[in-house]
Amino acid sequence: MNLFADALAWLTDPANWTGPFGIPTLTLAHLTYTLLALVLACAVAAPAGWAIGHTGHGRSFAVALAGAARALPSLGLLAFLVLVLGVGLKEVATVVVLVLLAIPPILAGAYAGIDAIPRGTLDSARGVGMTGWQRLWRVEVPLGLPLLLGGVRGASLQVVSTVMIAAFIGLPNLGTYLIAGQRLGDYARMLAGAILVAALALVLDGVLAVAQRLAVPRGVRMATAAVPA
Amino acid sequence: MRWALDNLGLLGQLTIAHARLAIVPVAVALLLALPLGALAHRVPPLRGTLLGLAGLLYTIPSLALFVLLPPMLGIPYLSDLNVIIALTLYALALLVRTVTEALESVPPDAVASARAIGYNGTSIFLAVQLPLAGPVLLAGLRVATVSTVSMVTVGALIGVSSLGSLFTDGLQRRIVPEVLTGVVLTALLALLLDVLLQLAGRVLMPWLRAERAVATA
Amino acid sequence: MTRTTPRRLTRGLTLAASGLAVLALAACSSGDPLDAGSADETPLSPSGETAATGDASGQTVVVGSQDYYSNEIVAEIYAQALEQAGWTVERQFRIGQREAYIPAIENGEVQVFPEYTGNLLQYFDPDTTATKAADVEAALAGVLPDGLAVLDPSPATDQDSYNVTSAFAQEHSLTSIADLAGVDVPLILGGQPELAERPYGPTGLESVYGVTVQFSPTGDTTVDELVAGSVNIANVYSADPRIASEDLVTLEDPEGLFLASNVVPLVQADLADALGEVLNPVSAALTPEGLVALNVESVDQQRSAADIAADWLSANGFAG
Repeated sequence: MNLFADALAWLTDPANWTGPFGIPTLTLAHLTYTLLALVLACAVAAPAGWAIGHTGHGRSFAVALAGAARALPSLGLLAFLVLVLGVGLKEVATVVVLVLLAIPPILAGAYAGIDAIPRGTLDSARGVGMTGWQRLWRVEVPLGLPLLLGGVRGASLQVVSTVMIAAFIGLPNLGTYLIAGQRLGDYARMLAGAILVAALALVLDGVLAVAQRLAVPRGVRMATAAVPA
Repeated sequence: MRWALDNLGLLGQLTIAHARLAIVPVAVALLLALPLGALAHRVPPLRGTLLGLAGLLYTIPSLALFVLLPPMLGIPYLSDLNVIIALTLYALALLVRTVTEALESVPPDAVASARAIGYNGTSIFLAVQLPLAGPVLLAGLRVATVSTVSMVTVGALIGVSSLGSLFTDGLQRRIVPEVLTGVVLTALLALLLDVLLQLAGRVLMPWLRAERAVATA
Repeated sequence: MTRTTPRRLTRGLTLAASGLAVLALAACSSGDPLDAGSADETPLSPSGETAATGDASGQTVVVGSQDYYSNEIVAEIYAQALEQAGWTVERQFRIGQREAYIPAIENGEVQVFPEYTGNLLQYFDPDTTATKAADVEAALAGVLPDGLAVLDPSPATDQDSYNVTSAFAQEHSLTSIADLAGVDVPLILGGQPELAERPYGPTGLESVYGVTVQFSPTGDTTVDELVAGSVNIANVYSADPRIASEDLVTLEDPEGLFLASNVVPLVQADLADALGEVLNPVSAALTPEGLVALNVESVDQQRSAADIAADWLSANGFAG
């Protein structure tokens, strides 16, 4: 396809790899916002999710909250925060919007991870005399980690694609290629921008998938490997 | 509040346009996801491919799909068809996985029993698997609906009218109540559709309520 | 806040032959409607009935607008004026970018659209060298495709301009873009992302005025960034109410870096004469200050486009 050839030509043009709006700079900006939002969202949502999974309390509240958060349109929230906080704080507004977007899947992953632990395992932990904290840190958190990371994967996909809307309030990132491309009628640039964002999402997803696999404790891996046989 | 009251007509128009842009894609996606999910469930080698493709689709940002579909498919920009197609693809990506997982949640015993008493493939799917997959399916459908309602607003960035238009216009005119009204109405619309889906679930799957009543008794 | 409406530049119609422009200029110097159909002396409506009186009862036109509040107000003024003249009007507002609506006008989905001469010219001829109002109008007549026409342009303009805060202007004694060359602090220009590649963007500043700037794609919050100090020059549309409310100084453009951009109705060519009967007097009454005042009502008083348009029409003697 002609359009794809044009986009490829755009992507391989050295001129687009330098300067303040070059591919490396904007990719880095895009990645920085994504990671910052994911780390902050984890810091909030993981402990909250563990608390829900550990105590068994507050699940319906968390489900309702997550549902409500999902219904909030990021674009509207960003416009609102920029108008209220002022442009001096637009970076903050952007991160807040992204964190709110990332919290529901991470929260769900955190408590689902604990929920999925077989009853017997927890009973054994109790049986060998572990306290509540010990059960949480030594059993529930490690065994729930793969599902938590699954939540982070879901969140990262959404965050990578939502960072783009910050380009509308003047925070350059890979979304800038789409906006400028659309207004200049430059489809090659638009497609190249879309490819870069999708590639970034895939790379992040791949890294998290590997982390998810490594997060399965060795004992569990051996056990599950033995089961199907 | 005053801004909203002064612009009730506009808000009504935008809400209706928004609802249409959200409902059509989810409905079409569900119709397409049922056979695709059944296929992924029945033919294991296809499962990985289909779900992989669905996952890949989800990595393409919605804004990118909105602006790239018209030149790729030759759709006029003025039409909101590109937004509908793009959102259908996203909802499809979510729902193919949901349908597959919902069918996997059906106890194999139930399917085996049905086959034993003489049900054939199609009637097993319609009379046994689909109803038993209902709860998981409904949960996925609710997620797809709520996130589609929210994604419709992004179309405003390319000039497709919805409640999202209140965000772009409000930012241009610096009218905070306008933006806030848009956020609240979008969330309310998502909530309303979610409640309707739950109600539909209760009507279509009355046994769920009975089970719950038994469990709590 | 700058207009977000994107302008597409790649349409390959490079027809800005200066000969054509001069011809068109001469033909229009008498103030005739500047439409492609003006050579055709018989006013014809699509149904064949003459509409010389402007009474077009029963005829339906679709009026469109950009996704820009100011453009929507002008579209609403056109729509209500046409309704008063007996037309049945359908509104297709907030369509978005030229990319979307120019083809829609060409294939007859929309018949009337508020446009801006300079931006429209640039859409059809990205390499145009015309910058002054008359040259732009003349060049525009030469590049409009068959089937499209523009009516009389209004004196009101809404064009790109470079603005600084009054404090910055005082500190460096700035009145014109040329004065920027003598400023000894780093200059940062804010604007929509695509400004980076516009002919009047950083490259044009350098080549025309010898002013070197760094560019910051500040998008929809350009004026806020200027006021906050993160940029010191801002690309703002000249009818933006915030130029006055934020006490900005619009730098003069003696070398004609920017295209003059007068408000003008873009219409389906075969309706040009009938629509002109109604819309040319409206355009004539819309002054530059008047356009800013309309925008102020939208932004400061937060009134709807329909209310603002109705008041403007009755205040300017177009009522019923």
